[in-house]
Amino acid sequence: MEDVRLIQGNEAIAAGAIYAGADFYAGYPITPSSEIMTEAAKIMPKVGGMFMQMEDEIASVAAVVGASLAGAKAFTATSGPGFSLMQENLGVAVMGEVPCVVITVQRNGPSTGLATKPGQADIMQIRWGRHGDQSVIALTPGSVAECFLMTVQAFNFAEKFRLPVILAADEVVAHARESFALPKPGMIPLVERKKPTVSPEKYSPFAADADGIAPLAAFGSEYVSHISSSMHGPDGYSNNDPENAIWRINQLHRKIEMHRDEIVLTKSYDIDDMDILVIGYGATTGACRAAVKEARKRGLKAGVLQLITIWPFPDKEIEELAKLVKTVVVVEMNYAGQVAGEVRKVIGSEIELKRVNKYNGQIITPQDIIETLK
Amino acid sequence: MKDKTNTYEIILAGSGGQGLVSSGIMLGEAAILEGKQVMQATSYGIAQRGGLASAEVMISSAEIIFQHVQKPNLILALTEESLNLYLPQASSGAAIFYDTTLIQTTFVQKHEKNNLYGYPFTEIANELGHSGVANIIALGVMIGKSKMIKYASMEMVLRKHFSGKTAEMNVKALYQGRRLGEGQI
Repeated sequence: MEDVRLIQGNEAIAAGAIYAGADFYAGYPITPSSEIMTEAAKIMPKVGGMFMQMEDEIASVAAVVGASLAGAKAFTATSGPGFSLMQENLGVAVMGEVPCVVITVQRNGPSTGLATKPGQADIMQIRWGRHGDQSVIALTPGSVAECFLMTVQAFNFAEKFRLPVILAADEVVAHARESFALPKPGMIPLVERKKPTVSPEKYSPFAADADGIAPLAAFGSEYVSHISSSMHGPDGYSNNDPENAIWRINQLHRKIEMHRDEIVLTKSYDIDDMDILVIGYGATTGACRAAVKEARKRGLKAGVLQLITIWPFPDKEIEELAKLVKTVVVVEMNYAGQVAGEVRKVIGSEIELKRVNKYNGQIITPQDIIETLK
Repeated sequence: MKDKTNTYEIILAGSGGQGLVSSGIMLGEAAILEGKQVMQATSYGIAQRGGLASAEVMISSAEIIFQHVQKPNLILALTEESLNLYLPQASSGAAIFYDTTLIQTTFVQKHEKNNLYGYPFTEIANELGHSGVANIIALGVMIGKSKMIKYASMEMVLRKHFSGKTAEMNVKALYQGRRLGEGQI
């Protein structure tokens, strides 16, 4: 029989991490992500993993990076204020190509803002929070089920592409409870990082294979290697040569670009014969879908594109659907239209772009969207 | 009390610490036992106790798309503040159940309509030995009036969540609620 449970989004994230094989959690609690940490504290010892409460979020990512380099599947969870503190060591993880998963459950800001209320205003911080030429993968779950499934996906991407993956949830999906049939072990394929096959003396931790990914040996194994946040050569040791810097920065970007179509995940609803495209992500997905169903009853031909992968941006998917419509509506819980700006870059100035934004800590409702569709 | 898609939208409202979220979760779990889809959302302030608190539960045989209640069918109001907030919903067809032990009846009489159901939930809970089971008594009434789930499913969930004397008291409260709704008390 199926194991259907009434499970909270944060609990589903923790369960998804365990399903994916996570065996290390280090974190510092913060609303609305705290249940992930509570669950990790309960479950980690039972699966032979390790749980550490850290002194702050800076140390949390430091511990996660260290654990991952020692061979663990490591993760942490936080919200805006903590995510800000994590940026420096996330940069280290990008530069060192360290697989790890960082969950940020977005709440209303800026700063400590409305601590218990939802927001989606960290989309640009997720992309650009670190200095320098860098890139990450970020996924936004739109339901409790997706909290579980996209956490597994986040670990798989992190392991496969050797980089930090950010799961950008929000207070709405994190605190909602939904009936969800937990997948049985083996139902979802799991990815393990590529290990070196050469002899230890020939191993270079940043020498990528043809697929753009370099094998990663674990600290403490027979492979002695060096990981540095400063510019380094394939062997991991400092290298100030301009040619090397080009190779290195290209490598950090190209491993994502090469696999872009595998990484970019979207879902579409009711897009047949549409002439209005409604774009939502995370918590707003449900409101978009409900609004479009209602709009169709009223004779408006609208459809929904849900962005699950938010970085790299689903430009091709948006461009393709935007060709079919007269109007694109972007729905998000922030003031500036952080995703709407990216959509504008993709669709150009010919197609009408409308925005539905709310930033008072309340969820966007189907009615809010229907008003804009009229 | 339900729409064509067999969907129930329920709001359990009162103040923090009244066990509304726990009741909502248990109601949802009971519906899952019957193969229904369930969504449960919570709204509370920064404080754990006091202040307006509410739990939303949606039960449906179809996929629930939006995370929050839009057209409530059933509302439980355990405080005057929460009753005041949701009273206008009665004229839109929501059945509102309120606690006459905690809420001055004179306040309600002014708004008396067909969709208002006042019962002494807390008084009966005290008779059973613990004011904390008032919400279970209320659920007992609401299940009977709406047929949203079966009593047996709710009983099963109560026995899963509680043990020993606490389980017995909660199950007793559930069926006391049933009798209360049927006019047997």
